[in-house]
Amino acid sequence: MLKDITIGQHYPTGSFVHRLDPRIKIIITFLYIVSLFIVSNFFGYIFVVIFVFGSILLSKIPVKYVLKGLKPLMVLIGITFIINIFMTSGNVIVRFGPFSVTEEGLYQAFFMALRLILLVMGTSLLTLTTSPIALTDGIEHLLNPFKKLGVPAHELAMMMTIALRFIPTLLEETDKIMKAQIARGADFESGNLISRAKGLVPLLVPLFISSFRRADELAMAMEARCYRGGENRTRMKELKTNGRDYFALGVGVMLISILIVNRVWL
Amino acid sequence: MSIKIEDLTYIYNPKSPFETKALDRVNLDIEDGEFIGLIGHTGSGKSTLIQHMNGLIKPTTGKITVGEFVMTNEKAKLADLRKKVGLVFQYPEHQLFEETVYKDIAFGPKNLKLSDEDVDERVRESMELVNLDFELLKDRSPFELSGGQRRRVAIAGVLAMKPDVLILDEPTAGLDPKGRDEILEQVKFLHEKYNNTVIFVSHSMEDIAKLVDRIIVMHAGKIELSGTPKEVFRQSARLESIGLGIPQITKLMERLREIDTDFNPDIFTLEEAKSEILKWIRSNKDA
Repeated sequence: MLKDITIGQHYPTGSFVHRLDPRIKIIITFLYIVSLFIVSNFFGYIFVVIFVFGSILLSKIPVKYVLKGLKPLMVLIGITFIINIFMTSGNVIVRFGPFSVTEEGLYQAFFMALRLILLVMGTSLLTLTTSPIALTDGIEHLLNPFKKLGVPAHELAMMMTIALRFIPTLLEETDKIMKAQIARGADFESGNLISRAKGLVPLLVPLFISSFRRADELAMAMEARCYRGGENRTRMKELKTNGRDYFALGVGVMLISILIVNRVWL
Repeated sequence: MSIKIEDLTYIYNPKSPFETKALDRVNLDIEDGEFIGLIGHTGSGKSTLIQHMNGLIKPTTGKITVGEFVMTNEKAKLADLRKKVGLVFQYPEHQLFEETVYKDIAFGPKNLKLSDEDVDERVRESMELVNLDFELLKDRSPFELSGGQRRRVAIAGVLAMKPDVLILDEPTAGLDPKGRDEILEQVKFLHEKYNNTVIFVSHSMEDIAKLVDRIIVMHAGKIELSGTPKEVFRQSARLESIGLGIPQITKLMERLREIDTDFNPDIFTLEEAKSEILKWIRSNKDA
């Protein structure tokens, strides 16, 4: 189960998409999310689907792997689908007691589910193609203009880097402690909800203790290297944009413009 | 309890860019009551191998037989197997969670659904085995003990389940020399007392040389060498080629043999070396 979590996972293939400037990728993803909410008809979705699948193909990540990230969200998407089918008023097709399925409901439910699926696919593509460090670097740069308004851009980026960095470490640690307790006869899988929740104590207590210990050690190690926040920090690798970044950005802008035109005039 | 491993292969993260073959067609027989030293570099597959032995991971292909339990990729009903095979992980003190030492050690026996009296007896017994004072420590929190004591509490937690096979994954890592010697002594004592099968994982040739009947050397997911300490340490060139060495004291004896071939090369502990050198000095005086 733990292995299915693809959020924040990086899938290195060295493709065109991977080599794009993270700032550009974040902006394109942002444009993409906005586009998803502009789309209002079937014609618009064609463009979005082409855009997503085109990017996945370019990134050389197996489509199956991207779809795996949808698994944990299937329940949410399913519920949205059902609610939309039954709760939209309009031309009734079938009636089950107090519930009725309408033409508009079906239409709405289908597009809402599609929108959610495309949303997750597009955004997970960002993390799959960008290493966490590049990602936070990009975020920090994009937030820089807001520094004057008192946004602690560097600190936010550092917090994100650390959080992302420790996701796999904590997963590994969980796995290790789980195995150690299973070896002592602990049972995490059977029993009712209450006994299962109780059964988690032998897992959670050691996990919390080790997280605090890690946090403490990390803070100490950073201080020992004189870390004192973002001021006057320089970097070894400066972010640079070049031709292909502008090209990608152009494609993103084109997508959103087509969809705006489509919505306003069609 | 004997262990038989046939053609065991295990692959981590299959079908992803992070796919790694941790074990590659491993074949291994371990007799009942044997004391095995399992040695190899980080990433050589030691930990993966021992996790198979109590069913924490299922083989990708191949078969493992522990006593009467058979495990393959499809078949894995393992709760009973885990009662027979006790596994002490690396840094086992990181798994402690209870408020008191007593409760933590009792966790395993309680999971075996033993009566309260039996649990109590097992806790007392296993604390004694690892040399912890029952009355003094039973109500203390495990988190206020010293590192060595905490580790012994964690080992006692596994011993309290009275496993037929005891597997220890680097039980001395990160301990000071005194703590290390104590743990080694106790493992040896345990084996002598109960004559159970013990598998001792380590990268320290010194630790292993003192204790075991047979050494198994792993390299890149395969078994590279297997034999008595004498047989294995004679292959010093081969050991060095995979980044392992022979005990320092054996190396010293090899150098001494270059001076005088009377020296016995099969010496793995400091005590043996001392008596061997003293013997040589005495015999040379006479001459």
